Amino acid sequence: MHAATVPHAIEMIGVTKRFGPVVANDGVDFAARPGEVHALVGENGAGKSTLMSILAGLYHPDAGVLSIHGEPVEFRSPRDAIDCGIGMVYQHFMLVDSFTVAENAILGARDAGIVLDTASAERDLARLGERYGLKVDSRARVWQLSVGEQQRVEIVRLLYRGAKILVFDEPTAVLTPQESADLIRTLRAMAAEGFCVVFISHKLDEVLAVADRVTVLRRGRAVATVEARTTDRRALARLMVGRDLLPGTSRSDSMVPHTGKDIRETILEIRDLRANGDKGLPALSGVDLDVHAGEILGVAGVAGNGQRELAETITGLRPVTGGRVRVNGTDMTNRPPGDIARAGVAHVPEDRLGTGLVPGADLTDNAIMRRYRRAPLARGPFLVRRAAAVFTDRLLAAHDVIAPGRTAPVRNLSGGNQQKLLLARELAGEPQLLVAVHPTRGVDVGAAETIHRLLREQQSRGAATLLISEDLDELLALADRIAVLYEGRIMGIVDARATDPDHLGLLMAGIAPAAASA
Amino acid sequence: MNDITSIAFLTSVLAAAIPAGTAILYACLGELLCERAGVLNLGVEGMMLMGALGGFAVAYHTEQAWLGAIAAFAVGGALASIHALLVVSLRANQVVSGLALTLFGSGLSAFLGRDLVGRPAPASFGKVAVPLLSDIPYLGSILFRQDALVYVSYGLVPLLWWFVFRTRPGLNLRALGENPATADAMGLNVAALRYGYVIAGGALAGVGGAAISLATNPGWSENMTAGRGWIAVALVIFGTWNPARAAFGAYLFGGVEAGQFRLQGAGVPISSFYLSMLPYLFTIAVLILASRETARRRIGAPAALGRPYVREERG
Ligand SMILES: Nc1ncnc2c1ncn2[C@@H]1O[C@H](COP(=O)(O)OP(=O)(O)O)[C@@H](O)[C@H]1O
Ligand SMILES: [Mg+2]
Repeated sequence: MHAATVPHAIEMIGVTKRFGPVVANDGVDFAARPGEVHALVGENGAGKSTLMSILAGLYHPDAGVLSIHGEPVEFRSPRDAIDCGIGMVYQHFMLVDSFTVAENAILGARDAGIVLDTASAERDLARLGERYGLKVDSRARVWQLSVGEQQRVEIVRLLYRGAKILVFDEPTAVLTPQESADLIRTLRAMAAEGFCVVFISHKLDEVLAVADRVTVLRRGRAVATVEARTTDRRALARLMVGRDLLPGTSRSDSMVPHTGKDIRETILEIRDLRANGDKGLPALSGVDLDVHAGEILGVAGVAGNGQRELAETITGLRPVTGGRVRVNGTDMTNRPPGDIARAGVAHVPEDRLGTGLVPGADLTDNAIMRRYRRAPLARGPFLVRRAAAVFTDRLLAAHDVIAPGRTAPVRNLSGGNQQKLLLARELAGEPQLLVAVHPTRGVDVGAAETIHRLLREQQSRGAATLLISEDLDELLALADRIAVLYEGRIMGIVDARATDPDHLGLLMAGIAPAAASA
Repeated sequence: MNDITSIAFLTSVLAAAIPAGTAILYACLGELLCERAGVLNLGVEGMMLMGALGGFAVAYHTEQAWLGAIAAFAVGGALASIHALLVVSLRANQVVSGLALTLFGSGLSAFLGRDLVGRPAPASFGKVAVPLLSDIPYLGSILFRQDALVYVSYGLVPLLWWFVFRTRPGLNLRALGENPATADAMGLNVAALRYGYVIAGGALAGVGGAAISLATNPGWSENMTAGRGWIAVALVIFGTWNPARAAFGAYLFGGVEAGQFRLQGAGVPISSFYLSMLPYLFTIAVLILASRETARRRIGAPAALGRPYVREERG
């Protein structure tokens, strides 16, 4: 390679970024060459998105210098970065839903002419899509597109806007395994044409499949940059977490579920469930599911195929437009969330800080939320603060929630500790059914292990669990059966011991494999 | 003129509906720009009042109606710049800031205008008949025997429609209100653009005020806009953020206003209190209808309307 003569496409030196007390990037050095796919890996919260948002001009670093193609630059806004040929596909897509694909591509462009000329943009997008195998209908409105299509729109838009440095923030998180493989091929082709591609992920198999080099971030620091050819999963995982991973994510055979329960009674019974999404369009179109005592039923699916709506209808947060939800034989369809909770249903929602916890309230208030109306926490209409404090301390200790104190606002806890507090609260009432949505998303490995242990304890206690997750490894390790949601329907329910990610991937893509009847 | 079903009566009502609606129309177009950029401005009523007073005061002293209109434009924009500062830079609650500006504008205009109450207007926009066009039967006298501010608004409606839906800056404007994070990531300066549109919107509201104090009712009296600012806010929703539909709504209200005076003139007993109630009833009704999230999306409300945008803060 002529790496010595060609300057780095990206060179970041000593980049530091703080958010209040959190140091998201701590003196990070990062460099990537033109023509390479450079992976950036690290656990959730390691600072990957922050570092790349700095490169894209969205965040302003507190310290550090940046050079692009050997030229020192200082970005005051995304505009400056765009002008340097940097384009980023953010983790949360930056698309205007109500615009067409072509309008999204033109948005903010500084070409001559004040009149909106979508026709020429449509032609250019079609040409680029053809060339890179990223076909999109440039007249479609973004809200009509699937998540995978929206991602293609993002990529084609970057090319349309002339980006030479392309950053992808966890692009495969929203894709099926098959779509991910297509994307990886596209990224390789782009690197071969001389683009500098930065690929963020924490899925190590993908990283090794696509990258030339890998930089590992751990707690805001860059701990190593290695050649992909000379490393392996284990070595990367060790660099990411700073120690060997416990074998906790693999199914241990000593954990035989539902001990002492021979008759597996049905705790949750869902029949032909229908509900609308936030846009008023059908999000669930006739779901049938049973979850039994002592069972963990996993729900897999590409994001946005009805997972959130399923959890919200069961827990009473979203109106049911058709069908039935029964808990322990009692009809709970469209009952208020409080009644459903009292019937023994606990909920760990996707959006833990918005729906699960009150960010500005302290740990005590959050901890007692499910039971403050009853003795011993209440005496008539009054709260017994001392009893609340005792209750909270016991809860925090039992689930090793690390917090500055009972009176700190929950907002200040790390993601993992917020999640542990939430689970502790929800499980304190020994629920019969737990609905958990992405319980380990965005939490550190240690907390994820605790959360997995808690879920297994539910199982041995004989409770039913509906576990919605994007992490197929997590589902395969924890669940007894896995149901796959696709466009608001169950594509198939498989035995978790008798399936693999490829099989699930086909179901997630809406393709029913011949042997889907496990 | 006693037969309220006669063509002549109808023509006269419609001819009066146009200028009455024009005041609302300016304010409504201003609010539309502001909301398309994602900022709710409930200070329209206050900006109209300040514009009405400022316009009349300048016209009174200079004896130039056009200078008055320009002054109204500037005064409305100045008041709106306070709103922009509060809600864009300081992230104040948009509803609270808007209401505060309405109260401030009506109080300040009443205070500053004490000496002008009841003064005759030395200059105002009179009716000008457009040659040829005004001779078209019926239509001519309805549309083309109006004042200059009306004619300007005839041009403004299609111009703004074209701007919003058919130009690049218009596309950028819509993105500001739909998804400011995306607009930012695509290289637009969200704060600066929002300042611009909020101020432009307030300036148009100011001209709306002047369309009353310099054209339909030349002169100044306290609280002379009588709730038209609120109608403008509601009409933006009613018109689904589309200048052409907003114009239709504005003329409809102009018609109600003109019709009522003429009906009273014709001896039909209608209490004027109904007219005074109307803006508020209409606003409440529209807000109720548009309050559901799904309804708002269906009619095309800017998705980020009312929400401040700060780059490094998580949404
Ligand atoms: N806009 C923000 N405001 C406050 N904290 C943030 C913000 N963005 C990131 N953080 C914090 O910075 C740390 C790194 O986050 P991030 O860069 O998103 O990690 P990654 O992408 O590696 O998962 C986390 O602790 C996160 O909570
Ligand atoms: Mg991230």
